[in-house]
Amino acid sequence: MLVLALDTATPTLVVGLARWAPGSGAEVLAERAVASGNRHAELLTPTIRAVLADAGHSMGDLDAVVTGLGPGPFTGLRVGVVTAAAVADARGLPVVGVCSLDAIGSGARTVVTDARRKELYWATYAADDRRTTGPAVDRPEDVVRTPPLVGDAVAGSQRLGVPVTAAEVTTAGLLRAAAPQLGAPATAGPLEPLYLRRPDAVPPALRKAVSQP
Amino acid sequence: MADQPLVLGFETSCDETGVGLVRGQTLLSDALATSMAEHERFGGVVPEIASRAHLEAMVPTVHRALSEAGVTAGDVDAIAVTSGPGLTGALLVGVAAAKAYALALDVPLYGVNHLAAHVAVDELEHGRLAEPTIAMLVSGGHSSLLLVPDLTRDVQPLGQTIDDAAGEAFDKVARVLGLPFPGGPPIDRAAREGDPASIAFPRGLTGPRDAFYDFSFSGLKTAVARWVEARERAGEPVPVADVAAAFQEAVVDVLTAKAVRACRDHGVDHLVIGGGVAANSRLRALAAERCAAAGIVLRTPSPRLCTDNGAMVAALGSRLVEAGVAPSAVDLGADSSLPIDVVSR
Ligand SMILES: [Zn+2]
Repeated sequence: MLVLALDTATPTLVVGLARWAPGSGAEVLAERAVASGNRHAELLTPTIRAVLADAGHSMGDLDAVVTGLGPGPFTGLRVGVVTAAAVADARGLPVVGVCSLDAIGSGARTVVTDARRKELYWATYAADDRRTTGPAVDRPEDVVRTPPLVGDAVAGSQRLGVPVTAAEVTTAGLLRAAAPQLGAPATAGPLEPLYLRRPDAVPPALRKAVSQP
Repeated sequence: MADQPLVLGFETSCDETGVGLVRGQTLLSDALATSMAEHERFGGVVPEIASRAHLEAMVPTVHRALSEAGVTAGDVDAIAVTSGPGLTGALLVGVAAAKAYALALDVPLYGVNHLAAHVAVDELEHGRLAEPTIAMLVSGGHSSLLLVPDLTRDVQPLGQTIDDAAGEAFDKVARVLGLPFPGGPPIDRAAREGDPASIAFPRGLTGPRDAFYDFSFSGLKTAVARWVEARERAGEPVPVADVAAAFQEAVVDVLTAKAVRACRDHGVDHLVIGGGVAANSRLRALAAERCAAAGIVLRTPSPRLCTDNGAMVAALGSRLVEAGVAPSAVDLGADSSLPIDVVSR
């Protein structure tokens, strides 16, 4: 089946098109990684269009959609999730969401990405790519460090004080993480972003006097 | 009618997830999900809560709009979406969804101005607007007076609030009076039992030297709070109905006076009032009275269409398609402070 994969959980927007079959894994036909920063909403659909053109395919050829569910900065993350949901809905396709950290690197590792506020998103993995801890959001001192450390090299190295090897979400990684659900789309869970944090919202204090006696 | 374009509209600028369908100027469906109840205890809309709710509600709301209209996604000819002004994170959910549906359905996309959409929605009930028209938009997020020579290309700002939006003043005064959020409907109800002349609250920006088309509600809100506090300090009961009526009268007196004056000054004999505050019964009554006296034709959408919804966006999108306005570029984004004179982008 032909699968459109996308992820907006990090500053790098990733879109790929892959041929996938149960058992035989994914063959990536086209992929684009765009250093989009906070412009995911502007650049995502043009990038999807470009990736389809790169591979000589059109929307009508798609059989499934895969999206990263984060964790990641909320506003950009939602752009990817709602785009995947809308494309799949419009074309009547199954859609599968995966943890974005699962799609970074491979083998035994700790994946870290920038969670802002001096914290990191992180997860650890066994040699067979099974997630063993996380995803979680924590202060650097609370991150379990199973070597090698991969992911956001700048934020990771800075906050952990040890080198983190740069690695990003890839189409192959998204497909690998989605494989169990792609094989049985009926088992795919709801597309809920991995926010890991509650919304910032403080109930206002009881009415304050506007004037003093 | 079937040869007119079927337009799907998305609205997510604040706390309402709106998806509507129109064909030409005919309203087919108007599906709405709201996160209002989740904001209630905060006394105002919490952007992150609204954004999360938009994402959750998006696809189900599209489905409701399509099924209410008895059409399928494949029948859609064009898509319109509010691209501003509004809360950035909230806007982006709608913009991204609309872009994805447009891409997947291979139809043109129009990123439109929320305020112009509030004007356009009236056409679904009352037919083509007379142009030029004066439009007054009053809600929890905006208070604007506009001159509209051409709704698809030429919308000119005459004035706006310099502090609180009109709806915000209702919310804050409701809080002072111990009434629920949002404050518009409970104040409207309470005011029916009260005497609007019982307390003389100030009319903001109505002095001879003030910018006549601008609004100010902050001073009024403070005056109400002071008045209530003075009562409380004196150990006297607060006459909630009278305060609500007097406050509401001060707001609608200013709004209608400025709208009528804008019509007169510009030689325009049509006025449209939209936005959530346009659902206020006293505003509708006083506007009708003053417009009749001034020979102005007043148009107000039914209360259901005054508040934010997807049909208003579809209505404006339909006008843009008909007028041959170019669709938006593929890199359309959201602009939280989109200027009112940008009708589409
Ligand atoms: Zn509005």
